[in-house]
Amino acid sequence: MTLPQLHCRVRKRIKGVAVDLLAFGPNGWGDEMCLATLMTLAVSVCAFMLALIIGGIGAAGKLSRHRSVRLVLDLYTTVFRGVPELLIIYLIFFGGSGAVMFLAGIFGYHGYVEISAFASGVSAICLINGAYQTEVVRGAVLAVPKGQIDAARSVGMNKWLLFRRILLPQTLRLALPGLGNCWLSALKETALVSVTGLVEIMRQSHVAAGSSQRPFLFYTVGAGLYLLLTTFSSYGFRSAERWTSRGVRKI
Amino acid sequence: MDFSVLLEIIPKILSGAKITVYLVVISLLIGFMCAVAVALLRRSRFTWLSASTRLYVFVVRGTPLLIQIFLIYYGLGQFAFIRESPLWIVFKEPFWCAIIAMTANTAAYGSEIIRGGLESIPWGQVQASRAFGMSGFLMFRRIIFPLAIRQALPAYGNEIILMVKASSLASTITVMEMTGIANMIMAETYRPLEAFIVAGSFYLALNFIMTRIVQVIEWQLSANLRAPKATV
Repeated sequence: MTLPQLHCRVRKRIKGVAVDLLAFGPNGWGDEMCLATLMTLAVSVCAFMLALIIGGIGAAGKLSRHRSVRLVLDLYTTVFRGVPELLIIYLIFFGGSGAVMFLAGIFGYHGYVEISAFASGVSAICLINGAYQTEVVRGAVLAVPKGQIDAARSVGMNKWLLFRRILLPQTLRLALPGLGNCWLSALKETALVSVTGLVEIMRQSHVAAGSSQRPFLFYTVGAGLYLLLTTFSSYGFRSAERWTSRGVRKI
Repeated sequence: MDFSVLLEIIPKILSGAKITVYLVVISLLIGFMCAVAVALLRRSRFTWLSASTRLYVFVVRGTPLLIQIFLIYYGLGQFAFIRESPLWIVFKEPFWCAIIAMTANTAAYGSEIIRGGLESIPWGQVQASRAFGMSGFLMFRRIIFPLAIRQALPAYGNEIILMVKASSLASTITVMEMTGIANMIMAETYRPLEAFIVAGSFYLALNFIMTRIVQVIEWQLSANLRAPKATV
């Protein structure tokens, strides 16, 4: 065989293998990778939504008059923003079922409770992301001009109406860039949940890489899927920002 | 919670603190230099240079660090030519793979921060230094770089905290730093809370030290903004 022939053959083989491995169906990993992408999305959407609730309540607490509430929330945001995510995921995965069983014991249930990898992953990421979102929302509330609140009071709005019509829309607009960053980090943090065995993009790439002996191919595919998700969502957040600030004059 | 267990765990996790500090310090130092280079290349006049650095930053910021670490540690081993090349001494060691991935990561994030600093420099400063006849490199060394760094330093402090946290991912490729040891203790003794409290407080302490260092550097760099000492 001449050298060009050999070269051609090798190239064909490499190409064929990559296509076969990523095919849909029982022989390829294509459908598994798609399902894993849905799992990554499910974990990050659930965690982000729950963290949004934590962020709203946390910001309200941080701006409250009660010193003890502020102190507890300061401790929460410092710890969850200063400790590695992986450590928190391990803690909740290993210690979560113990904690739930302890709580269930108080209410009189003494059976064995196990938390799924999905539940522990979602709760770990929502606790971490909630700490970041608390700071983002707090900053946004503080950035709403004081005159807006005064004006709303002077036209006789009550507390609820002031919150709904004045504070909430403006806070949302100011918080949106920060919340977009929080979403992106939640999306990327879901990769760490793979250590608990939850089959999302990272885990699926690892499994496929191990069984096909082509780690470079599958990790590149996994990275590409993450890149797709982050690109689409940052585009979405950018258009949302444009929409919420449509009433603001640009400089 | 058991305090005797807590005391037992402390020296074990402390033995991993050295590797955590190595990971953070080495990758931050090399990463900072790369970040400056990337930020400058991004402003390059050659389109292909600025476009490729933009692509690099986009890819690194859009993918999780974990997959980057795995791509370097497991992925590169797929190719025979890398296994046979002298570079294999580096790529077969999980510690150096973690360093490479973290450095690449912090270079991408840091370059954005430094770019922000570079863009904040008032044009008058450049004009003034030109009026003094400073050449390109001299101007960069004396005027642009110090001003940009001072502007970028608070944001870079956050990046340092993120890197301290990111060093924990090295445990997934068998580097026994603090999280790796804590995970081992959790799995062996089934005492997740104690291991978490010890390792977590070491990380918080490390982050506290890092932010203090950044504050000291910031203080020293902003000497011209402080009120002069009262001289009698």
